[in-house]
Amino acid sequence: MHNLTIAELIKGLQSKEFSSVELTQHFLDRIATMNPGYNALITVTADQALRDAAEADRRLAAGNAPALCGVPMLHKDIFCTSGVRTSCGSKMLDNFIPPYNATVVENFEQAGAVVLGKTNMDEFAMGSSNETSFYGPVQNPWDTDCVPGGSSGGSAAAVAARLAPGATATDTGGSIRQPAALCGITGLKPTYGRVSRWGMIAFASSLDQGGPMARTAEDCAIMLSCMASFDEKDSTSIDQEVPDYSATLSKDVQGLRVGVPAEYFSEGLNPGTEKAVRAALAELEAQGAEIIDISLPNTGLSVPAYYVIAPAEASANLSRFDGVKYGYRCEDPKDLQDLYTRTRAEGFGEEVQRRILIGTYCLSAGYYDAYYGKAQQVRKLIQQDFERAFATVDVIMGPTCPTPAFKFGSKGDDPVAMYLEDIYTIATNLAGLPGMSVPCGMVDNKPVGLQIIGNYFDEARILNIAHQYQQATDWHNQAPEGVTS
Amino acid sequence: MSWETVIGLEVHVQLATKTKIFSGASTAFGAEPNTQACAIDLAMPGTLPVLNKQAVHYAVMFGLAIDAEIGKESAFERKNYFYPDLPKGYQTTQLEKPIVGRGNVEIQLADGRTKNVRIHHAHLEEDAGKSLHDGDFRHGVSGIDLNRAGTALIEIVSEPDMSNAEEAIAFAKKLHSIVTSIGICDGEMSQGSMRFDVNVSVRPTGATELGTRTETKNLNSFKFMEEAIVKEVERQVDLIEDGGTVVQETRLYNGDTKVARSMRSKEEANDYRYFPCPDLLPVIVTDETIEELRRNLPELPDARQARFVQQYGLLDYDAGVIGSDAGTSAYFETAAEKSGNAKLAANWTMGELAARLNNEDLSIANSPVSAEQLGGLMTRIADNSISGKMAKEVFEGIWAGEGSADEIIEARGLKQVSDSGALEQMVADVLAANQAMVDDYINTDESKRKKKLGGFMGQIMKVSKGQANPQQVNQILANKLNELL
Amino acid sequence: MNIERQEIEKLATLARIAIEEGTITGVGERLGSVLELVDQLQAADTSGLDGKSYSIQAIQRLREDEVTEINQREALQALAPDTEEGLFLVPKVIE
Repeated sequence: MHNLTIAELIKGLQSKEFSSVELTQHFLDRIATMNPGYNALITVTADQALRDAAEADRRLAAGNAPALCGVPMLHKDIFCTSGVRTSCGSKMLDNFIPPYNATVVENFEQAGAVVLGKTNMDEFAMGSSNETSFYGPVQNPWDTDCVPGGSSGGSAAAVAARLAPGATATDTGGSIRQPAALCGITGLKPTYGRVSRWGMIAFASSLDQGGPMARTAEDCAIMLSCMASFDEKDSTSIDQEVPDYSATLSKDVQGLRVGVPAEYFSEGLNPGTEKAVRAALAELEAQGAEIIDISLPNTGLSVPAYYVIAPAEASANLSRFDGVKYGYRCEDPKDLQDLYTRTRAEGFGEEVQRRILIGTYCLSAGYYDAYYGKAQQVRKLIQQDFERAFATVDVIMGPTCPTPAFKFGSKGDDPVAMYLEDIYTIATNLAGLPGMSVPCGMVDNKPVGLQIIGNYFDEARILNIAHQYQQATDWHNQAPEGVTS
Repeated sequence: MSWETVIGLEVHVQLATKTKIFSGASTAFGAEPNTQACAIDLAMPGTLPVLNKQAVHYAVMFGLAIDAEIGKESAFERKNYFYPDLPKGYQTTQLEKPIVGRGNVEIQLADGRTKNVRIHHAHLEEDAGKSLHDGDFRHGVSGIDLNRAGTALIEIVSEPDMSNAEEAIAFAKKLHSIVTSIGICDGEMSQGSMRFDVNVSVRPTGATELGTRTETKNLNSFKFMEEAIVKEVERQVDLIEDGGTVVQETRLYNGDTKVARSMRSKEEANDYRYFPCPDLLPVIVTDETIEELRRNLPELPDARQARFVQQYGLLDYDAGVIGSDAGTSAYFETAAEKSGNAKLAANWTMGELAARLNNEDLSIANSPVSAEQLGGLMTRIADNSISGKMAKEVFEGIWAGEGSADEIIEARGLKQVSDSGALEQMVADVLAANQAMVDDYINTDESKRKKKLGGFMGQIMKVSKGQANPQQVNQILANKLNELL
Repeated sequence: MNIERQEIEKLATLARIAIEEGTITGVGERLGSVLELVDQLQAADTSGLDGKSYSIQAIQRLREDEVTEINQREALQALAPDTEEGLFLVPKVIE
């Protein structure tokens, strides 16, 4: 059952080939035996899942089941789940059990999905390797000496290891696409404002966006149709109808104009990765797409701009973790300042502290204009790059990340080496555009991701292209050793 | 050397919205601690702000009332600092693009002069919670009540256009009058609905450069504000004359102990690291909205005072006293209309009623004597049913809840005897019973006879139990005595 | 690029994060490395650009002024480290 896609599971449940309880128990068993090897989940909600599965079976039997009724899912531990610990990968929230649901969680509940548990992640989504999690790193199912990517490494590894058919994730600078690429699965970061941020613990509010991870574009389409919504509780949520993303998957790509930016094939790109991406482009060309060379000249500035804007926003977003209202509090504070400084020094990990300090620096008196002000202007330049490109092409494609999965600790002590991991993904967050990663090859038995960037609210189109690509190729069906049996 | 004082005010006005500026929690005063602090107000992880429409409209109304430029596109910033009563670790406020721009407030001074105080701007922001230092809880801790956190405020910032305490108080009172008249604030100073920060500096008379200023924060009564200004001016002048220099600092004034002190200066200078709030989008106020609010703007105090002079024939001074307060104005108008005697209604509203309310520390809104009841009393004074002296007795009866003026007059038998036949008989009886007095009167020099009338009057009032109409009695008495001459 | 010790201490104070004496140098080095990266921004020609751009050109929605939140003190304070009589407790606040 774990080898079936979400689309197939829905059919199987509706045709009573298996029950949701059977399915749920099957995945819970896999999690119990396999997760200790991957550390992809922080919390398993077995009892609740089985209760929900039983309820789903009743609804399926009654014949009025909603779209995802009885389908097991995982939520990244950044989405608040009422009554279930939501840690955000941090010691700070190790004891935090929210009394409310994120809108995304609510949407899946409405659709009848069964939640198996919460996935591991970089602390407060700050990281590209899942090494910053308070709960320890996640192993990449393709090579357990390698990272799964981050920050949604737990969701990516869980889907790759077939511990669940799909998982929610979030992407602030590449946190859906990069781990999807490194774990050989399909992941989509929607347009900023498409998926509600209510109940999704903020890292960088102007960049954060939730999205689906699954094995196929078709499954991502099913998940996004449920996940996306207009939400009055989120001022940045866009009041625009959510299309049925599944309905447009079968269109062909004849005449599609694919922009390929020179800057995404620059120095530092693994030759094997480049080869795989070029082959994917050739496949789409063979299907009738037109490949057009373009330039996104300010790509190189996206990482520096991001590492001003994201830490600046984070430095304010994370001020609420002060040991007063919820979460971790240090032992025996001797005074108020001691309460603050020790709670935050003990509750936050090193990378989170570093980003808070960077953000504080960039916003402080005398530096604001040179850093934050300048970064916002550069952000505008990057948006303009894309605007110009989308005047002549329908989508933009390139590699999701420069190399396949790397070994734990291999980025060394210098945070910048890790930051450059997101060089191809960050610009889309700065511009607010949708982007997707689709498996497109293997290098040294490790997966490579093809990135597809669309114009605003063009999720249907990029899902359609990804689906057409997956109809003709088999990379998304590849599985790490031992997970299919 | 002579000195001149320069004063500028920052005024926090709590808007009379039912809910917080960014959440749907109630703002009702006096609730149990933290029962009106919802997840958003507590800055629970993943929660997001959505702006209250009424707060925006109230701010625009204030702008219209002071003839200010309205910020058709305004924006929110985050002001970062740690304090236990600030749950997010930042205050959401406006800096670069406030909703109300430059405006003007005209103040009236005791000597009859008027003066214009320029408003620099007014912006929307959220209030903080309260720290309680001497509760029943453990020693060495403070208790935090976040009910007030997130209450909508406008902060009104004046130019330093005032040059003494009188002007500052007149300005503060005028603002109070404006915001209560247009109904955007309840004006309850004792509940903190309006709080004043006073910036004071001194300089040698005629100097063009400003002296170093201090800011005395959070004054919530006009009286304390006046005391604080007088003391601060004195302190600064003494300091400079003794060869010292004024340090720019924040000060606190304790109105109960009459002691001002410097707030413990923090080791680091404040660096609030303002930046645009990414959770909120630009606030657009359309011309249509502005025009609609302008059309429906309640009468402003200046216009109302002018109308009271014209419509009711009040003296300028009386119109000023009554017309500056919205509640008093409404009360007066009801009483005037009910009785048809505006002059009496004005005298009683400013006199007996105001004194009694002041004694009992009650606002006019909570007056035990309603405007209708006062009007009823005025009616009976005007038609001579009761004398002024009896009216005070009736007023006390109404205050004590004994009913309307007519009911009390009836119940206590206070109705004035104005029947001339009855009065003639009464006078005749008194004259007959006091022949000695009559003789004395006749034998008295004509020029001194008038004084003797009082003795007869006293006798008649005694007989009538004070109910004889004194004017009529006077007339009858004079006539009868003249007949005897 | 190296950040001076004094600067790090100032940042730590502003951000309310205690930094252990022994780690200040290391923290400074790594911050310096990141700031070197972000300093690449200075080379960009951004003349005439409005930095206050929003990802999506949209305007703030306004909420009706209706009470939608009920008292949830018990549930919310169950998450708090220290409360008494409905108040959140902290070490004495000195103004």
